[in-house]
Amino acid sequence: MRRLLGAFLLASSLHAQTPPAQSDSALDARTTKLALQLRCPVCQGESIQESPADLAKQMRDIAREQLRAGKSEDEVKAYFVSKYGQYILLEPKPSGFNLLLYSLPVVLVLGGLVAVTLAVRRWTAQPQES
Amino acid sequence: MTGLLAHDALLVSLGIILLGIIAAPVAVRRNRRDLIALAYGAVYTNFLLVSIATLCMIVALVSHDFSISYVAQVGSRSTPLFYTIISLWGALEGSILFWAWVLSMYSAVAVWINRKREGNLIPYTAVALLSVAFFFGVLLIGPANPFKPVSPVPLDGPGPNALLQNHILMAIHPPLLYLGYVGMSVPFGFAVGAMLSGEVTNDAWITLSRRWTMGAWAFLSAAIIAGMWWSYEVLGWGGYWAWDPVENASFMPWLTATAYLHSVVVQERRGMLRLWNLNLVMGTFVLTVLGTFLTRSGIISSVHSFTQGTIGYYFLAFIALVLVGALAMVAGNSERLRTTGRFDSAASRETIFLLNNLFLTAFMFTVLVGTLFPLVAEMRGAKVSVGPPFFNRMTLPVIAALIFLMGVGPALPWKSASEAEVKAKLGPPFIAAFVSAALAFAIGVRPPYALAAFFFVGYALFANFREYWIGVSARMKAHGESIPVALGRLVRANNRRYGGYVAHVGVLLVALGIAASSAFRAEREVTLKPGESMSVAGQTVRLKGLAGRQEPQRAVIAATMEVMKGDKVIATMEPRMNYYATSSAPVATPQVRSTIKGDLYLTLMAFPQDGSNATIKMIVQPLIPWMWFGGGVIVLGALICMLPVYRRKDVPVVAVPPALQPTSPPALEPQLVDAP
Amino acid sequence: MNWKRALIAATAAIPLILLLAWGFSRNPGDIPSPLPGKPAPLFALGVFAPGQPPLERKVGDTLRLEDFRGKVVVLNFWASWCLACREEHVALSDAARRYTGKPVQFLGVLFNDRAPPAIDWISEMGGQSYPSVMDPGAHVAVDFGLYGVPETFFIDVTGRVARKQIGPASDVVLNHVIDSLLAAGAQTPVAAR
Repeated sequence: MRRLLGAFLLASSLHAQTPPAQSDSALDARTTKLALQLRCPVCQGESIQESPADLAKQMRDIAREQLRAGKSEDEVKAYFVSKYGQYILLEPKPSGFNLLLYSLPVVLVLGGLVAVTLAVRRWTAQPQES
Repeated sequence: MTGLLAHDALLVSLGIILLGIIAAPVAVRRNRRDLIALAYGAVYTNFLLVSIATLCMIVALVSHDFSISYVAQVGSRSTPLFYTIISLWGALEGSILFWAWVLSMYSAVAVWINRKREGNLIPYTAVALLSVAFFFGVLLIGPANPFKPVSPVPLDGPGPNALLQNHILMAIHPPLLYLGYVGMSVPFGFAVGAMLSGEVTNDAWITLSRRWTMGAWAFLSAAIIAGMWWSYEVLGWGGYWAWDPVENASFMPWLTATAYLHSVVVQERRGMLRLWNLNLVMGTFVLTVLGTFLTRSGIISSVHSFTQGTIGYYFLAFIALVLVGALAMVAGNSERLRTTGRFDSAASRETIFLLNNLFLTAFMFTVLVGTLFPLVAEMRGAKVSVGPPFFNRMTLPVIAALIFLMGVGPALPWKSASEAEVKAKLGPPFIAAFVSAALAFAIGVRPPYALAAFFFVGYALFANFREYWIGVSARMKAHGESIPVALGRLVRANNRRYGGYVAHVGVLLVALGIAASSAFRAEREVTLKPGESMSVAGQTVRLKGLAGRQEPQRAVIAATMEVMKGDKVIATMEPRMNYYATSSAPVATPQVRSTIKGDLYLTLMAFPQDGSNATIKMIVQPLIPWMWFGGGVIVLGALICMLPVYRRKDVPVVAVPPALQPTSPPALEPQLVDAP
Repeated sequence: MNWKRALIAATAAIPLILLLAWGFSRNPGDIPSPLPGKPAPLFALGVFAPGQPPLERKVGDTLRLEDFRGKVVVLNFWASWCLACREEHVALSDAARRYTGKPVQFLGVLFNDRAPPAIDWISEMGGQSYPSVMDPGAHVAVDFGLYGVPETFFIDVTGRVARKQIGPASDVVLNHVIDSLLAAGAQTPVAAR
């Protein structure tokens, strides 16, 4: 049953050149994980995994083919970035100016923890009210 | 005709608003109660006039009066009556009108309830609320005028936005959202009123704004859950939250309002955090305006954003005024809000509330930074996206911390807890936490974040239920009451406390639904010929056939799918594509079947012209309905919190506010000199 | 009311307001392409619409980018369901005719569409002077980082992407870009090609 479904899945994809033996659920999972991180170019802020647009489906298929051909997830991402720019990544690369985006919330939490600790210390140190 | 009437009503209301804005300060300075009545009258009259305009719009929509621009834009003779009425909020201009109406209604109620209150808090609150109303009034006769005359009058219109008429939740989600979102204006009004009148140092405004925040929060919570439900039922990818700017815009004020509902208790009990609470109330309102600006101005691309026009510039001016005014007023009043309170111990509920506020604020800040960062990056010349992967990564630890605190807070007493007490209270929930995580592991949950979620949710659920059990069993022992009686009386006597625990349980159910459904989500997309079947996670469906049909307002292509159990057909589902005149692309309409085993979610993705096959996306995920149920529990908790104050005859629980006393003591007399 | 504090706090709002105001000065839909300046992605696509003489190519022929080395290539992505494509159709078809005999190759690439409606569309629009090819699976569209249709890529004589035009192409843009690429191409020594 499973193999039969796999065959259908391949038949439906437009470029079924490789043998069906590889259409395993691991590849599905990798594709899904990757597709969730790529922005659908013709949509508004949806990932290519979630979008019903044709192009999103085609990009999923392309990502899948490249993974099957042995590329790593980062290499597939790099391919899409080289075509569409950083904008295609739903999570900016944590480098350079983008580090600000990642560090600000952390700094706030840490600073807040310090502030709360100091405040609680000061407030508990104060003398008992009448 | 109706258009003219409505337009005139809005024009007159602008004049009335101005009159009220001028009358109140004059009345306070000259101590003229009659002028105060005039200011209040302006609030009521504005409500009346905006109601007339809104009613005119509904009449125009229902009677297909295409001489009115908004009707020509969203109306259509073939649209069913129900969707015609709700298209009131289906496009920009109508939604602004509806917004103005909700605001005018809230303002009228807030002023009416408190009209007999002495002092200057309410007159200045009226000024603040009328000022916000003035902005929306200007929008409605200017850039967002829905009543522009159309000539020549078209015979028919395109009908409302396809997504609006595709699901019943579009009748529920937007009004809830407006009731919640706009509701945050009222506490803001009280805060501004308190600062302008100089009554910010006594706690009367805090009580008022707490109640109103509670109500608005309940609506906003319900709206957010309904919005998630709508996304799930309509968008076709089986998800419910995408961190879209519009979703973030509704979520950020919810976070600060939640923080306020907790920290306000510290102010009420210990007289502390006055400045912080003022900031939260002001911040919540600013976030609603900012969120509206981001989604209505078109400067950030979003799935849901309305199209623009010049309205963005008006909003920018408004937000600049609000932001500058709010910061200046709070900072200008900060000195007199300085408090010298003290905590008895670090191991107390007070401390947990501080931490809860820290994490809620940090949460909001993370969402805000993520939402605005693309704009900042673009200013530096780089175009980036900040989407779900970022928000999930950054907020999950904060969510885990908050869930944990949700269990710790209720368990710790106010003031201080002894070490033995801390151990006795905080220890046992850990057993539940480990059991919950172990259970999750046993049924196959592997991702660490999901296991952590089950751990913390288990902890907090146990802790909250335990509080109920402790209270109920104490009553049963002391008064010999049965469980239901003890429970009822317990909640009635401490409604805010136990209502809060109910809301916690609701939030935890939502968290559980999210954790389980994302951990166990299984999906597959297959192209089927009639008679062929596919299975995901042990569920099997078979394509029976593909058929087209014409409905009054749309054309439908539907795949008939049979849900199989062995060789037997146990149910039929019909995922569709709906074609509307207003939309060039079809609207995929998934179908959901909820069972104990989980939700079965089918979407028709594609089909060839000849209808010989159908590409079906099949998703199976468990516990989804828990989220919708949890949303109901949250609202129930908020309702319990809002029960009228329960006074036992022997002990007055709440001090009678000065306004209700026949003779107010002079010390509480409002200071007139402090008005600006 | 402490006015000094109030004033200081109010200035804190300025950066945010400036940021939001700046937001109006640009179009959120403008996304810069990383391709210009880089070698154009290679392709081999089958002709489905032949075009008209003298630019005609046989249906079923495979066209490769390498074959056009030494020519300026104007690659136009279009679809029959695309409204803006109607706007630019005449400008493109005329420009291709005007540059007949010069080292310029116009090529249409069909995006997410089927041949029958596309062929109907061409005849409805009064013909297309240059050939169009199919792009099954949108491989070439993704290779070129397509955000929508119409988009037009100008590839210089050395095979580099010189420019990307988002939205309908006009006479002015086509003439200007092709002329400057031809002029640049004439100066490039043959050995460098």
